[in-house]
Amino acid sequence: MTQLPETTTCKLGLVIDLDTCVGCHACVISCKGWNTENYGAPLSDQDPYGAAPSGTFLNRVHSYEVQPETGPAQLIHFPKSCLHCEDAPCVTVCPTGASYKRTEDGIVLVNETDCIGCGLCAWACPYGARELDAAEGVMKKCTLCVDRIYNENLPEEDREPACVRTCPAGARHFGDLGDPESAVSQLVADRGGMDLMPEQGTKPVNKYLPPRPKDGWQGEVDVLAPWLAPVAEEPRGFLGWLDRTLEKL
Amino acid sequence: MAEPQLDLSPKVSDEVRQTTCYMCACRCGINVHLKDGKVAYIEGNRAHPVNKGVLCAKGSAGILQHNAPSRLRAPLKRTGPRGSGQFEEISWDEAYDIAVSWLKPLRETAPEKLAFFTGRDQSQSFTSFWAQNFGTPNYAAHGGFCSVNMATAGIYTMGGAFWEFGAPDWEHTKLFMIFGVAEDHDSNPIKMGLGQLKARGAKVIGVNPIRTGYNAVADEWIGITPGTDGLFILSLVHELLRAGRIDVEYLARYTNAPVLLDCDPQSPSYGLFLRDEDDKPQVIDRRTGKTAAFDAPGVKPDLTGHIRRAGISHVSVMTQMAERYLHPDYAPEAVAERCGLTPERIRALAAEIARTAFEEPVVLNRPWTDFRGERHDTMVGRPVAFHAMRGISAHSNGFQTARALHVLQILLGAVETPGGFRFKPPYPKPATAHPKPHCRVTPGKPLDGPHLGFTHGPDDLCLKDDGSPARIDKAFTWENPMSAHGMMHMVISNAHAGDPYRIDTLFLYMANMAWNSSMNTRGVMEMLSDTDENGDYVIPHIIYSDAYSSEMVAYADLILPDTTYLERHDCISLLDRPICEPDAAADAIRWPVVEPDRDVRGFQSALCDLGARLGLPGFVTEDGAQKYADYADYIVNHIRKPGIGPLAGWRMGDKGLQSGRGDVNAAQLDEYIRNGGFFVEHVPEEAAYFKPWNSAYQDWAVQMGFYDAPQPYLFQLYVEPLRRFQLAAEGHGDRQPPEHLRERIKTTLDPLPIWYPPFEDGHVDPVEYPVHALTQRPMAMYHSWGTQNAWLRQLHGVNPLYVPTALMRAHGLKDGDWARVSSAHGSITVPVIEMAALNPHTVWTWNAIGKRKGAWALSPDAPEATKGFLLNHLIHELLPPKGDGLRWANSDPVTGQAAWFDLRVKIEKSAAPDESQPAFPPLASPVGSGPAHLRWQVRTTS
Repeated sequence: MTQLPETTTCKLGLVIDLDTCVGCHACVISCKGWNTENYGAPLSDQDPYGAAPSGTFLNRVHSYEVQPETGPAQLIHFPKSCLHCEDAPCVTVCPTGASYKRTEDGIVLVNETDCIGCGLCAWACPYGARELDAAEGVMKKCTLCVDRIYNENLPEEDREPACVRTCPAGARHFGDLGDPESAVSQLVADRGGMDLMPEQGTKPVNKYLPPRPKDGWQGEVDVLAPWLAPVAEEPRGFLGWLDRTLEKL
Repeated sequence: MAEPQLDLSPKVSDEVRQTTCYMCACRCGINVHLKDGKVAYIEGNRAHPVNKGVLCAKGSAGILQHNAPSRLRAPLKRTGPRGSGQFEEISWDEAYDIAVSWLKPLRETAPEKLAFFTGRDQSQSFTSFWAQNFGTPNYAAHGGFCSVNMATAGIYTMGGAFWEFGAPDWEHTKLFMIFGVAEDHDSNPIKMGLGQLKARGAKVIGVNPIRTGYNAVADEWIGITPGTDGLFILSLVHELLRAGRIDVEYLARYTNAPVLLDCDPQSPSYGLFLRDEDDKPQVIDRRTGKTAAFDAPGVKPDLTGHIRRAGISHVSVMTQMAERYLHPDYAPEAVAERCGLTPERIRALAAEIARTAFEEPVVLNRPWTDFRGERHDTMVGRPVAFHAMRGISAHSNGFQTARALHVLQILLGAVETPGGFRFKPPYPKPATAHPKPHCRVTPGKPLDGPHLGFTHGPDDLCLKDDGSPARIDKAFTWENPMSAHGMMHMVISNAHAGDPYRIDTLFLYMANMAWNSSMNTRGVMEMLSDTDENGDYVIPHIIYSDAYSSEMVAYADLILPDTTYLERHDCISLLDRPICEPDAAADAIRWPVVEPDRDVRGFQSALCDLGARLGLPGFVTEDGAQKYADYADYIVNHIRKPGIGPLAGWRMGDKGLQSGRGDVNAAQLDEYIRNGGFFVEHVPEEAAYFKPWNSAYQDWAVQMGFYDAPQPYLFQLYVEPLRRFQLAAEGHGDRQPPEHLRERIKTTLDPLPIWYPPFEDGHVDPVEYPVHALTQRPMAMYHSWGTQNAWLRQLHGVNPLYVPTALMRAHGLKDGDWARVSSAHGSITVPVIEMAALNPHTVWTWNAIGKRKGAWALSPDAPEATKGFLLNHLIHELLPPKGDGLRWANSDPVTGQAAWFDLRVKIEKSAAPDESQPAFPPLASPVGSGPAHLRWQVRTTS
């Protein structure tokens, strides 16, 4: 069993806007690229050109169809990676201490040299956010790009997770969710940001901004009707209206 | 336990080299991180005008494209029969010798026997220059089977179209409406724009039978019936006109709504503009009540003008529009059912557009002067922006549908105004400022001018003296008079049929015509490998250039292996398909950020060499030596006209470096590399909107070299060139269409937008084939390139047929079942999945996921080859016979655009076959297949 820190100095995490995510997978591949080159073992791929390609990804986008009670069906794109929970069950279940939550920023990491690849943490994580790398035999997970966000070899504007830097729609935000004044906390407050599966009691740091209501039109025309009040019903009357309008200009 | 010590500042790379992405046609700037001289990581370039730092999945996966096992390694000569995939590697000298032995005799005797088509080429101003110097009329790129309806409708109507020609005013628009936009065109800028709109709460409406991607995040989804967008748009026009919700001042000042039309049916100029002796279209000036040239200083054009001149009545375009679109045929009640909507829905949308446009105008305090000399204190705009792509254009009514959408934009005053749609330099550029097509062949000499262009009447068609088509693809003929991008999709079937004539050599670049880029894929494979009575191939020689082992490779006799995009020079030129933004002119380069480790050459460099070996003017010096050592040499040193070359940045002036016009600068590429691979010149603030009519913009455009003199023009609500073709069909003039086309030309080449049902509806029984079938390209894949990419194919390795809920129930289908899908042309048997967010009469799948066994270095049991499939097998380049003894092309009658999305099918449940049907025998792979494991990590040793 591994201990979680009682408190962390800040709570770094992601805010993911489900109203804006178009499901393009840019974050998935950018993450794969950075984390294949950096932190720990590369993210391997088995049978990459064959019948059942299967690789390690730290971030995946799932798409779900939703059928509301009224209106047409909707499609929600749902990017998912480690939520860096305050009460992270993946850490407390770790038999070797390889999984840990950093005191300074709350990032949950795996120390690969201590990881025995037993898979208990993946079993304990209710979000399915950890993947055992088949080539290396160690557990891989989102590092919140810990090797980018403080990296003095990167320009300051690039010190953010790869997935945030690359997101074309700007649907991913990074910051300190422990600071109520931070931009991400404000965004969560303004847009009703939510915890994923709060009933699990994991207290995830990452938040999701829910999709705004869609397809609000329910058959009413009254409000907008004045905008279509006819100036004429046939061409002659219309041309007369045109003449009068031009005269006024 | 103490936390481990982490290195929080690891070295990122040894070096960053900045170039231009080519994982799709979006052309974003990228930072390529190198370690030990190898590509280690790719990210977006923050300074780049296209992507401003972001990068899509394709772009980030470029590292695996660059290292794909499917890369060709050396020139190849076919050793087995066509279609077998059996080749031997040869030297470049041998490859050039073979090519010269085929091409040189053609050039000297019959240059038209070379058909040179370049697919998804981003160097068309170069490849067309090569083809022009060879002297063949048979050159085009892939626009004919992509989106020429969109490009042509836009340029004829307003001097530019969606995507590359312009963009929504993301900063100011309040209502954004997208029609038929799948997820890829264009890639990052649309996503960035949507993000911007979402962040400030602007509204997005998606019109598309399929709700994925951009339509999934749209606030409102209109799941329209395929092929009916034009009818829906014209119904919006009907409502807006009826309510007077149009920008009257804009229409009077900037469009041809006030231009006078001959309306005497007996007149030989019936339907043409009244013009003065300077050939200028005439309007009635409200100040005098008399006619005046449209651009006369101070003129106040009258929208309701009419006049009798020499016994002939003339009325304004606006009068004709009112008569047409106020007709009850366009009322929401008349069209709604056909569109799969309700009249109330159409009316509510019209009202919302009207309210946003006219209750919430955007006013910028930015004075400007128009072309008539009038000074304006402000720039007033209508914050309703539109974008559309192939969903509306890849239909046989796509040209008129795209026209209808532009007319809607213009009626609202929402083009080139704040909040609306804005052009990207060098656009706006009206059809009259583009070349006309050229086709005059002289053996041993260059063609008489550029191949592609814009026709303005029957005189501009590419016909031989006997009236037969001059081009192998029959572009610019009566069958499709405005086929401005050529018709690549007709080349192979016409060449096989010897109609209009036989060719000798088919030379293709980057076009997978033996697979996903052709309709009737099986038929095309047979045509490519068909032999005559002597056992010789019907198409005698095929040369193909590609970087990868695509399906098309197997059908060529000679392969010129191209480099990957990180190993090559390119220029994304203002002469071509530029990367500008509405506020800036921009161009860019690619350069070899790494050198190839194979015996491959950039195709354009190979053409420099081949051109010299053939002695083509433009490719040899006066003493006959090779003029351009390679493409980089051409990019820097080619002069298109005095002061204008492929790149606009860092040209040499009298007093040092300058932009736009200027002399050759030998160090130009170094300047580009130093600047991150691109060049940007910002549009002056006063010139940012109203560009076609804005004196400041016109002057800036001349200074930049886009035009040689200011050329303000009116938006063409009424497109007179269309009318000239109609007039011919009515019997006027010397150049007459064949009898069987007269009625179709009269109906479909209407100078005001119309809607007619997709042609397939008239050729197949809608009761027997009640379901529409479409494809879309996923955001993370582009064409066929994606599936060879080990990371991307894990996202989209299979492409089930998505079937709407009611159809699933009706046919007793469950997810994972198989269905037989049949069209009038053929059938396929494929796996199905239910989808609720879908038009109830539409099925669809992802485009170009299905692969032929043996291609792309995938193993033969890859899901792309066993469960993946192409809808192409159901689509024919010709419509089914309808008993008139003729075979009609499955194309738009104006532009010839391939009507991919007219397809109608029926579905039925099928027992699960071993694999998707039809299945084809495996190709031999000239490159073997990929490795069994990947651990892609480049560790720096320094």
